[in-house]
Amino acid sequence: MAKRSIVPFGPQHPVLPEPIHLDLVLEDETVIEAVPSIGYVHRGLESLVTKKDFNEMVYVTERICGICSFMHGMGYCNALEKIMQVEVPRRADYLRTIWCEMSRLHSHLLWLGLLADAFGFEALFMQSWRLREKILDMFEISTGGRVIFSVNKVGGVLKDMPSDMLKSFVSILDDMEKELKETTTVFLNDFTVKSRLEGVGIITKDDAIRRGAVGPMMRASGIEVDMRKTGYAAYGDIDFEIITSTECDSLARCKVRIGEIFQSIGIIRQAAAKIPQGEISVPVKGNPDGEYFVRLEQPRGEAFYYVRANGTKFLDRMRVRTPTFANIPAMLQTLKGAQFADVPLLILTIDPCISCTER
Amino acid sequence: MAQFMGLAKTVLRNLFSKPVTTSYPAVPREYPERTRGHIEIQIEDCIFCGLCMRSCPPGAIQVNRGTGAWTINRFDCIQCGYCVEKCPKKCLSIVPGYTAPEEKKHTTSVVKPAAEGNAGQAAAAKAPVKAEADAKAE
Repeated sequence: MAKRSIVPFGPQHPVLPEPIHLDLVLEDETVIEAVPSIGYVHRGLESLVTKKDFNEMVYVTERICGICSFMHGMGYCNALEKIMQVEVPRRADYLRTIWCEMSRLHSHLLWLGLLADAFGFEALFMQSWRLREKILDMFEISTGGRVIFSVNKVGGVLKDMPSDMLKSFVSILDDMEKELKETTTVFLNDFTVKSRLEGVGIITKDDAIRRGAVGPMMRASGIEVDMRKTGYAAYGDIDFEIITSTECDSLARCKVRIGEIFQSIGIIRQAAAKIPQGEISVPVKGNPDGEYFVRLEQPRGEAFYYVRANGTKFLDRMRVRTPTFANIPAMLQTLKGAQFADVPLLILTIDPCISCTER
Repeated sequence: MAQFMGLAKTVLRNLFSKPVTTSYPAVPREYPERTRGHIEIQIEDCIFCGLCMRSCPPGAIQVNRGTGAWTINRFDCIQCGYCVEKCPKKCLSIVPGYTAPEEKKHTTSVVKPAAEGNAGQAAAAKAPVKAEADAKAE
């Protein structure tokens, strides 16, 4: 029997700027077990609900994460809108949908870049991020921020997108689609990329279900679940298919995310064509009283928001469960039996967001 | 063959085109109209109701009705724009252009001229006075 040794991984590691620590139990070069520990960037954002009033909290929840900041704000607002029985104007729903899909686009492009960087393909990393930059510019034009958007409020959104802005966005995305096809073909067909991704980090359908995987991690194992199909915001009016793959390996996860990039462009196109005229927010009076549970599909998977209010302007409790937290057990499963050199890559394939997870 | 030539087209195009990046700071960046850079106040219209102070999530704004001073700690401001939304007189606005980095945190005060209705105020400044104090450096 080979000698067992324990190699610490992280919390500081070149592949991942965020702090996650793993104790890797190795037998020669093979990982036998991985023991995770998190808690390096806990900021206690959830307990701020007792100190900031429920409207101010929108801006705090946005700051849970720098990538899906829009959806964090939106999830929280959705929960409060349901508690206070506020009917959000349809135009606001459509605008939220467009911003959600833009978030998905830039998140997946960021991930593709990081993945390319993890397997040492610097040029591909630069190309992915060059494309992502256009999405960030679109965010800045429409919301005024590149990372934190501050456009959500309880009862709607704060900024409108005029029709010429929407048209210009759609034409930017049309041009981008061609370039995206070139770049993503490399991920799917390149010999070097395939040699690092194909057959690496397999998680079977049963395992993915048992370990509660979410998002692209789960869809890459052939499970057809997407919270957008529940029809929140304007997704009920939009026609799209859930993208899945049955190969269950790292390449499949890459494939699913690439498919979702093109799908997001399609959704933005549909939403821009169908968006109704009208108000973008409704005034909200009084304080919330009650509790509600919201499920959203973030770029990384399903997130949920629980809000309990007590009739005052301060909430009793807010709870956010982020997709990375749900994906950690599935990630540990993929690490079992993997080669030591593949560990950074496998951690990256769940698209980890540790700041989200620890809030 | 295609699997080895994946990036070749992109590489060739990049070779003969201008760089995507700009030579910042030699070429200054042009911000879109909506960019949330910093908060500005039309002090003449301010009624010192203090709604901005109470609504500010990081507590960066101080409003003093007695002295007629509106004070902001730009180092704490998170540019969320909630004060702009709350302002009943719409005298606050969020404009492009980020504030410069500095060595020490300090606050910026804008004082309303006494002639504009602050009868009890002796200091008869004609124009809004911008006072920068090193106070409240955390």
